[in-house]
Amino acid sequence: MNEFVQSVKLWFAPQRIREEGDTPDYRFSLANERTFLAWIRTALALIGGGFAVDQFLPELAWGIRAGLALALLAAGVLCSLRAVNHWVRCERAMRRGEDLPVSRFPTLLSVAVAVVAVAMVVVVLFGWEGR
Amino acid sequence: MTDGERDPGLQPERTRLAWRRTTLSCTVVALLAGKAALHGGATPAGIVAVSLSVLAWLAFLRVAHRRVLGMGTARPQPLAPRSALTAAACTIALAVFATAMIF
Repeated sequence: MNEFVQSVKLWFAPQRIREEGDTPDYRFSLANERTFLAWIRTALALIGGGFAVDQFLPELAWGIRAGLALALLAAGVLCSLRAVNHWVRCERAMRRGEDLPVSRFPTLLSVAVAVVAVAMVVVVLFGWEGR
Repeated sequence: MTDGERDPGLQPERTRLAWRRTTLSCTVVALLAGKAALHGGATPAGIVAVSLSVLAWLAFLRVAHRRVLGMGTARPQPLAPRSALTAAACTIALAVFATAMIF
């Protein structure tokens, strides 16, 4: 938890990242940046999915529709927060010459997406349409 | 790529394209947001929601554009944390608008 608080402080104090260690090869920084952008795109896709569920499935019961949309939107928010956090941690690890941080987030996200997908299958199979 | 030796991996080019892809994704989500907001006609609340979405999209566009310009050198500087934070904040803002529109 302490580690996390420190990372959050780093988000808002950019100059402090540069004070530590040596500047890594710019190619590594750019690779880290592309990973960050890939996560942001994932977040945007989840949020787009949330919008789509809300708009394009009007025949679903309100509770199911709102629940699915909220699950996707929450996943999108978590994903983008985590993108910044992971980017900062990788950047710092590279400057200090440490190993890159490991994370269980990709697994959690995959499980969450799988759960939403199974929920969709169930909804389609049983035709829980509202009205 | 003006000075210095060429990077055989074309890293700046790939990073620039990654920003482009991300901007396109952001545009799609902003369009979905606009469609959702104006679904029930042009109500005052809908217009406010559209303006806020456009604002978030423009902020994202600005960050991306600056970064793409910064890629024009042989050895680009690392991404500024503020840019990373702004990009994430715009994404989260769109999610918050979506949540508001559900209710």
